[in-house]
Amino acid sequence: MFSWANLMSQMFNGLVLGALLALISSGLTIIYGTLGVLNLAHGALFMLGGYSGWVVYHATGSYVLAVASGSIFVMLVGIAMERGVIRFFYSRPPEDQILVTFGLGIVFVEAARAVFGSLSKTVSAPAWAEGITSLGFMMYPTYRLMAVGIVSLALLLFYIVLYRTRLGLIVRAGIEDSPMVDALGINVYRVFMVVFGIGAMAAGFAGIVNAPIAPITPGSGDDILIQAFVVVVIGGVGSFPGAILGGLVAGEILSITSMINPAYSQVMLFAVMTLVLVFRSRGLLGTAGRE
Amino acid sequence: MMKSGTDLLRNWIPDFLLALALVLVPLILPRLGFAQDTINLVLVFGLFGIGFDLLFGYTGLLSFGQAAFFGTGGFVAAYLLVNLHFPSVVLALLIGTVAASIVGALAGLVALKRTGIYFAMITVSIAEMFFFLENSPLSAFTGGENGLAGVPAPKFYLGFTTVTVGPGWKMYAFLATFFFIGMVLARRIVTSSVGHVLVAIRDNALRAAAVGHNVKRYKLLVFVIAAAYAGLAGGLLGVMQGYMPPDAFTFDTSGQLVIQTVIGGLGTLFGPLVGAAVWLFLRDFLQGSLGLGAAWRLALGIIFVLLVCFLRRGVLGGLKDLVSHWRKPAHLASDAHATRAEPAPDAAVAVEPPAAAPRTRPNGTGRTEPILVASKLSKRFGGIVANADIDFSVEAGELRGIIGPNGAGKSTIFKMLTCDIASSSGSIVFQGQDVTRLDVTTVCQLGMSKSYQVNQLFNRLSVRENLTIAALARLRGAFRFDMLRSALKVPGLVEQVEETLSLVHLRERAEASVSELAYGEKRRLEIGLALATEPSLLLLDEPLAGMSPSERADTVKLLKSIRKGRTLIVIDHDMDAIFDLTERITVLSEGRILLEGNPDEIKGSSIVQEAYLGGVHE
Repeated sequence: MFSWANLMSQMFNGLVLGALLALISSGLTIIYGTLGVLNLAHGALFMLGGYSGWVVYHATGSYVLAVASGSIFVMLVGIAMERGVIRFFYSRPPEDQILVTFGLGIVFVEAARAVFGSLSKTVSAPAWAEGITSLGFMMYPTYRLMAVGIVSLALLLFYIVLYRTRLGLIVRAGIEDSPMVDALGINVYRVFMVVFGIGAMAAGFAGIVNAPIAPITPGSGDDILIQAFVVVVIGGVGSFPGAILGGLVAGEILSITSMINPAYSQVMLFAVMTLVLVFRSRGLLGTAGRE
Repeated sequence: MMKSGTDLLRNWIPDFLLALALVLVPLILPRLGFAQDTINLVLVFGLFGIGFDLLFGYTGLLSFGQAAFFGTGGFVAAYLLVNLHFPSVVLALLIGTVAASIVGALAGLVALKRTGIYFAMITVSIAEMFFFLENSPLSAFTGGENGLAGVPAPKFYLGFTTVTVGPGWKMYAFLATFFFIGMVLARRIVTSSVGHVLVAIRDNALRAAAVGHNVKRYKLLVFVIAAAYAGLAGGLLGVMQGYMPPDAFTFDTSGQLVIQTVIGGLGTLFGPLVGAAVWLFLRDFLQGSLGLGAAWRLALGIIFVLLVCFLRRGVLGGLKDLVSHWRKPAHLASDAHATRAEPAPDAAVAVEPPAAAPRTRPNGTGRTEPILVASKLSKRFGGIVANADIDFSVEAGELRGIIGPNGAGKSTIFKMLTCDIASSSGSIVFQGQDVTRLDVTTVCQLGMSKSYQVNQLFNRLSVRENLTIAALARLRGAFRFDMLRSALKVPGLVEQVEETLSLVHLRERAEASVSELAYGEKRRLEIGLALATEPSLLLLDEPLAGMSPSERADTVKLLKSIRKGRTLIVIDHDMDAIFDLTERITVLSEGRILLEGNPDEIKGSSIVQEAYLGGVHE
């Protein structure tokens, strides 16, 4: 039933989901923008982040350690992916890149299934973020509030790397004109490796931060991947601010619609994407001409 | 050229062999360890994949959302049969196919607004939306998570008895019939003019549009065809299992189709069938004989990644390569012979090519009328003015040169004239018709064609196939629905291709693939593509770019020889060539027309010298 408290709480849920989607999609969009590779294994990396965090959390009981090792592990997986497979595909058609990342995603998901089984794993919220916090006008789970803060910090860090460092400058220049950056004598291929690592790390980080909110299963990255696609299409491919805006829009659409009628929440998300495509096909903050 | 009798025979032999193979399958495959149900499922996925192969293998459009149409066809047919007690299974299947096609057309209108990765992402999202629609809002019709059980078996009344198509080999025969029809139709599509255009779109969509094919409509057409195949296959899945499962709509289904098609081999039509056989056989084998349990998907995932890395052309593509590898020595020898036999371009130029006067266009005008008039044409990019107030007119039959120093706006005016980019203001009139707001495809159909500064060829095709694609645009118009008629039967096609081959001196290289051509030959083919559309006005963007001096001389000769009956506009840096070639020259500088005159006037003009050298006489 509709009530203001309910609406507020759903809007907060949307914010949590939106922030996570924003972070995941930033990774996806930066990888695509810089390397020109659409990473269909991105959802699987999100899932791997969850599992690796779960392993560390169970071994040590430390949330911080779990988040740190989970994201570093996924970053290493990303770097291994780039060095081992993806770099041989830069000169191949985009369809081949899509196929190979799709295949790698399946391998990750099935490997996780083989190791951890199909049953879901849960991570409990750390002691300092347990319980419910009163916001004055409503009560809300403390960890979800924390999650928004943690993800915002990660996004801020991402922003600083992209807009305040030499690496970020090269990445942004590479998104604009990668042959030109190459011609300037910058080793684009080393940059590619780092970018892929950072992009993967964003997904892995989101995966472990999300673990106390939703259980981890081998397939938990599949829906996330598709939602990240929608986010990127809405926000504009290759645009970091677009990924953030798109993430928040998508998170709110999913949450608010599911308050009215859960059956339509996903449908509404795709309907909005279609509208964006029809009326502004480059995405809300995308640059014209980019395919 | 082949006689039509043997042609007919050659056309039907593969169909006959396919029918034979489908009859033999029940005798052979079970002995290899294939389960009955597996074989039937292979046929369903093989049929599903034929459409997908047309879409991805032939047209280059990688969709990850085919499940949407598979599910739609399946659930519409199942709903008709289960809930409405529709009497005829075949009719229900056809209605399902039509429903899937309609849905495909709507989805295609959205998804085809973009290409490449956008297209892949949008198709995924559309399919996912369908999955959710099926799952809850439409669950009253579809059974939601339970799917629709109790899909009846097809029954055929034969006059004296009724045959019920139960599970097993009867069902196999039923499915094989549909597969056979689907394959025969697909083979017709591939060899038709439409099939040629689809391959052209895969190789170079920009050029396919520039020679006059309506690329958007062909893409939509093939998208709908793929949706129709998917819909039929989805319906057959329900009929085969007696149950329509909701996971027909999942991303997994789309993904499985992609994987199977890639394993089997893209662009072969039979690839998906082979891929489905390999995939499902491995599934049974890894799960059963090796006892891998759920890890079979991991093993298959690894196999798929290795295939994409090392055997991208799949099983059938790999076999083809192997066969051509064995045949290679003989092939190479004949190739070398062909190269030797080719006359030097000089000699070829000396032989007067058959005069190929372009057909008069219905809206063609007399020779003294200007064929192209641009007035007050301007182009601004943000604050930068590339061209301002260009007044420019070319007489029919003229050979006009456009020169100007770097940054004079030559390329911009060229792109405006060919309708590649829209002008900011002003108008362009071609043969008395206002073409200012038309697109490249339409103006090409009106008789204005162009060649590019950087070669835009169909790289995976032969010289003859390249020219065939351009000629088809002229002979068939921007879009035509002749999917089941062989391209070779298009009247006048063979003659027009031969004519163009002679014009650009590539007759001896007709069967060579573009990748085997020397640079000069590629440049000639570039011009040939424009010529094969039989333009009355031909615009050439730096036809001499990147050529050696002797190639330049040959190309100038070539351009002189093709001007007969045509109007040519040539843009180039090479002033000597332009002075030699043209009788009237327009000089551009800083986005404006500086001067117009004959070569001598231009050579003697101090304003021109100043524009190029910047203040000669201080």
